[in-house]
Amino acid sequence: MGPNLISNYSEAAAMILFVIGFSNLLLQQNLIKKIIGLNVMDSAVYLFLTLKGYIRGRVAPIITDGVQSVESYVNPIPAGLVLTGIVVSVSVSALMLSLTVQLYKRFHTLNLDEISTRLRREEQ
Amino acid sequence: MDFIRNFPFFSIMLSMFSGIVTSMLPKRAAKWLNAVMISVVSVLSLILMIYLNRTGGHFIYLMGHFPAPYGNEIRAGVLEAMMAAFFSVIMLLSVLGGHKKLDEEVDEDRHNLYYILVDMMLSSLLALVYTNDLFTAYVFVEINTISACGMIMIRRTGKTYVAAVRYMIMSLVGSGLLLLGISMLYDITGHLLMSDIKRQITLIAASGRYHVPLQVTITLICVGLAIKSALFPFHAWLPDAYGYSTISSAAILSSLVSKGYIFLLIKIIYRVVGYDAFYMTGILNVFFVFGLTGMITGSIRAIRENDIRRMIAYSSIAQVGYIYMGFGLANQIGMEASIFQILAHGATKSLLFIAAIGLTDVSGFSRKFADLTGAGYRNRIAGIGFLVGSLSMVGVPMFSGFISKLLFAEAGILSEGKAIPTLVVLAISVILNAIYFMKTCIRIYTPANYMYYASDNLQFRNELLYGITMIGFIAVNLILGCLSQPFLDMIHAGLGTFS
Repeated sequence: MGPNLISNYSEAAAMILFVIGFSNLLLQQNLIKKIIGLNVMDSAVYLFLTLKGYIRGRVAPIITDGVQSVESYVNPIPAGLVLTGIVVSVSVSALMLSLTVQLYKRFHTLNLDEISTRLRREEQ
Repeated sequence: MDFIRNFPFFSIMLSMFSGIVTSMLPKRAAKWLNAVMISVVSVLSLILMIYLNRTGGHFIYLMGHFPAPYGNEIRAGVLEAMMAAFFSVIMLLSVLGGHKKLDEEVDEDRHNLYYILVDMMLSSLLALVYTNDLFTAYVFVEINTISACGMIMIRRTGKTYVAAVRYMIMSLVGSGLLLLGISMLYDITGHLLMSDIKRQITLIAASGRYHVPLQVTITLICVGLAIKSALFPFHAWLPDAYGYSTISSAAILSSLVSKGYIFLLIKIIYRVVGYDAFYMTGILNVFFVFGLTGMITGSIRAIRENDIRRMIAYSSIAQVGYIYMGFGLANQIGMEASIFQILAHGATKSLLFIAAIGLTDVSGFSRKFADLTGAGYRNRIAGIGFLVGSLSMVGVPMFSGFISKLLFAEAGILSEGKAIPTLVVLAISVILNAIYFMKTCIRIYTPANYMYYASDNLQFRNELLYGITMIGFIAVNLILGCLSQPFLDMIHAGLGTFS
């Protein structure tokens, strides 16, 4: 396991980032911190995908200097997936932020626990 | 008949484009465009289902005539067509049944937005059902989540905002895991198309390499989808989301959204990983245990609830538990029972939600059981609807719930070593279902002082459209309960083409 971990250190970093983002999204009480966690988590997956799509010594698949050999370029699909993923994650973050704004306007706090308590108090 | 092959593509595009057009229409026109669009999609899907059932095959449709990996693929078999038809029919009934309530609860200027969300939801559900590409599935899972969240928060109250934020957080956790799983699967196999991934996985499994990464990947995908479909113990977001959103949203969320994810999981089990490789991971046993626990806990929470909408919501947790238990039985009948349960629960739960709103509206808008006394007399069609839904949930013959429970019992007996827990928990769960649903039925048919509520808003009483949707729901339930064999044959044939 040790040598593998060292040679794949960038993937390991992506996974550590994923766990950091994931636990922030789940455990933080502050809504903004949750959204930051969400973005860290998504970016970690994109980092992972990008790493998997990159081959050292090759360039993006745009023909330069007439070189047409497949061996000179990387597969464009992982990068395409990352772009699609970024679009998705931006829209989800926007939705979460707009929800946060609405909640803050109504309850004047960003703490989800506090919001639940105030909601319960309103009901009674 | 080649033209019929375009129908899945037409259905998805039709719902997407009607969403775009809706944004420019006046409110009334938006409502009718929405109803017409969902009806057209239902008819197209039904024609496709009948066609595929007759010819007994399935087909791959190349989007834009580009082969993968440049283009995208749609795969349609009889099971997919049946699911698409079912989803669109239930969505039509749910939207029509709750439109009066939408007028009351949602601001005038946001009605078009609601119909856009419904269109977006339908297109994403259809795409999840038909797609043959794993990354497309992920994108539509997110679109589904966004539209579901919008449908919850369209009613602007503090409770719905909190419910929406909780729903979003759990859903995003689920999609994060799903995305990571898909990325790792792409890394291991080098493909995104379901059939290509399966071919590679078979080779990898035969070579004995990558055992651990494959196991981790499959686990990530399963946990992600289980969170999104509210399998116990990931159900915490569910009661508020179903309980406080506007009624059409609650009906659509409970009967369609979670089922879309479960159908995607079925596709992943059969068409991406392959049943044998999936069986080897042992996740089916985990599903079995969580399914059984969910069946009991969901029902117990429902019994303790004093709010009719939340009671129905908790019952959903138990019903989702049934579906995962069916997966866990690890035989063909169990899987077929689970798919039938998707249909039975979808038809019944939306009926119960729409009926419940008819009952609460003639009881001074109260959802408490004490106030619902005699509501079945004040709104007869809603009372009958609730009764039919309850009988189906409990598993009385002639209704859809009976068939699925019968199939679960049969699958349980045939499974190795799981027969006793399955039958015992099934029996306990039926008794618990009977306790809370029959309690409600007795309550709504206990005569109360009618005059007490005479001043209340009785608009649903004479509402023709509401009555028609109730009759539609009851008909779907009776058709599934009394004429189940053709559906079971189609499920069997569809699963056969999956593997």
